[in-house]
Amino acid sequence: MTEGEIVSGVSAPVIDAADTTDFTANVTGASLDADRVSAWFGTNKVLERVSLSMAPGIVTALIGPSGCGKSTFLRILNRMHELVPSAKLAGEVRLNGQDIYAPGSPVTVTRRRIGMVFQKPNPFPAMSIGENVLAGLKLTGLKAGRNARTALTEECLQRAGLWTEVKNRLHEPGGSLSGGQQQRLCIARSLAVRPDVLLMDEPCSALDPTSTRRIEETIAILRNQVTIVIVTHNMQQAARVSQQCAFFLAEQGTPGQIVEFGSTKEIFENPRDPRTSDYVHGRFG
Amino acid sequence: MTTLIDLQPPGSSPEPGDDKTPRKIPRSLSRADRIFRWSTTGIGAVVLVITGAIAAFLGYQLIPTLHHYGLHFFTENLWQPQSNVLGIEQVLIGTVEVAIIAIIFAFPLALLTALYISEYAPSWLRGFLTPMVDLMAAIPSILYAMWGVFLINPHALYVARWLNEYFGWIPVFHVSGGQPRAAVFVLSLYQSSPFIAGMVVSMMIIPIACAVMLGVFGQAPLSEREGAYALGSTRWGMIRAVVLPFGRGGIVGGTMLGLGRALGETIAVTLILSLNTDVKFRPLEEGGVTTAQLIANYFGEATSAQLSALLAAGFVLFAMAIFVNTIAAIIVSRSRSGALTEI
Repeated sequence: MTEGEIVSGVSAPVIDAADTTDFTANVTGASLDADRVSAWFGTNKVLERVSLSMAPGIVTALIGPSGCGKSTFLRILNRMHELVPSAKLAGEVRLNGQDIYAPGSPVTVTRRRIGMVFQKPNPFPAMSIGENVLAGLKLTGLKAGRNARTALTEECLQRAGLWTEVKNRLHEPGGSLSGGQQQRLCIARSLAVRPDVLLMDEPCSALDPTSTRRIEETIAILRNQVTIVIVTHNMQQAARVSQQCAFFLAEQGTPGQIVEFGSTKEIFENPRDPRTSDYVHGRFG
Repeated sequence: MTTLIDLQPPGSSPEPGDDKTPRKIPRSLSRADRIFRWSTTGIGAVVLVITGAIAAFLGYQLIPTLHHYGLHFFTENLWQPQSNVLGIEQVLIGTVEVAIIAIIFAFPLALLTALYISEYAPSWLRGFLTPMVDLMAAIPSILYAMWGVFLINPHALYVARWLNEYFGWIPVFHVSGGQPRAAVFVLSLYQSSPFIAGMVVSMMIIPIACAVMLGVFGQAPLSEREGAYALGSTRWGMIRAVVLPFGRGGIVGGTMLGLGRALGETIAVTLILSLNTDVKFRPLEEGGVTTAQLIANYFGEATSAQLSALLAAGFVLFAMAIFVNTIAAIIVSRSRSGALTEI
């Protein structure tokens, strides 16, 4: 892998006409650009000059075998990376052109604008379903009136596809839901602070197929409202939900890099790199 | 398991494939396991026997005590061995009074210390402070007592006077005969009070309460912490949403463990508090009494009936301490099971 090939990945992928049919004029969300991002844990370098553009209205899937740095990359995008004591990074991440790591850029504002859904559903067990949805307001000091809160709860649960299942039990604890419902509750909770970007770190890996389908439907609905970046180990899922795709790989002893980046169709049907071809066809990883 | 086995009618060995009666599974421990099992069981039983023997010995003293002094023993406030008038009313009130004052000081200090160490301190400092808290628990109580007598008692009286001056209109801050605004005031009026004794006792229970809280805060799940941060939470917001709700059992349990120790603290109270069994609720004022202090003070010159009375007072203290510690243990063990947070 030479540097030229990595940089070639930065250019916006050609999106097939079929993929753009439901791009409507009122696409919201923000553009997120990673520019030559490298990362270390202690002295161990785990990412090498990764550049990636994530545009509004497009779901970006990050695929690759375990340990290739895709989750680390995702956590760098909303400054969760720095919660690990020995973590360091280089490069820039720009949200609508503004570097989120610039001095004076408040980390709490960044994380509110770039929400995250985790691999394991993590509703707050001490809070009810309704309180979980609105937890972000409380945590970020946003004030809302009683009616606004009721409306926001319903809106977010609707968008996360959970409303009909929980509308009569908003006062029950969040932990009383099934795993799939908890994950959709976490999506609703992320949406309540009105993020521009939603990062999802293997959101379905702990869920059954039915719950997975519901989450994928939710992603399809949310796609035009927030910019979505999803890490997944499931090739079929990447093919189903994303429009562009980045294949990460860390070859023996070297830090993770993007091997190939392009429209999902191109990555799956006509990959340029033989390693991508091997991976998407299940020959390794 | 054993009940199922017992249900089987004697002599009827079920045929293979018979699903009416559960099959008996022979279980035999190896010789080494049997020896180990019986010896550990025996040693464990000794602990129970000792505690039970203490309870029985102390409880037995209630009989001669009630015989000599009647039920007035519990409602009489005076303890006058010379005229053989003995009662523990104010002793019990005083014991609880000093313990509550100690908790009022210890609770916020222990909680904030634990939060600082667990959530705010950089990791190198955390590694230093955590054993320091344990070390604080290892300081012999006589040293705390000396420190209280020579350092706290002469200085804390000004705090007591200040409280009396500005809050004296609230009954608990009243000091009879106290003239806090007078140019010259009687120093001794504010010294050797339950307030100061409680302050010193609080130093001894902070490390216990703090250590329990630290243990529980450290177990607050990373996934929930990250969930809060990912919503844009400040650290304090995360603590309120995740750490404090998760650690509630540890906060309550640690405080109650501290309360259990405060109830029985002897040497510091004996040296600081000037013994006075008048019924009063004025902690800022000189004089008071606790059960442990009473026993330590009168033990040497007691007649046999009076000795029984002292031990009966000890039994009441024992019962209070066991009760508080049991509640604390239940609360802590429940909170540590983490049943609430598992998915």
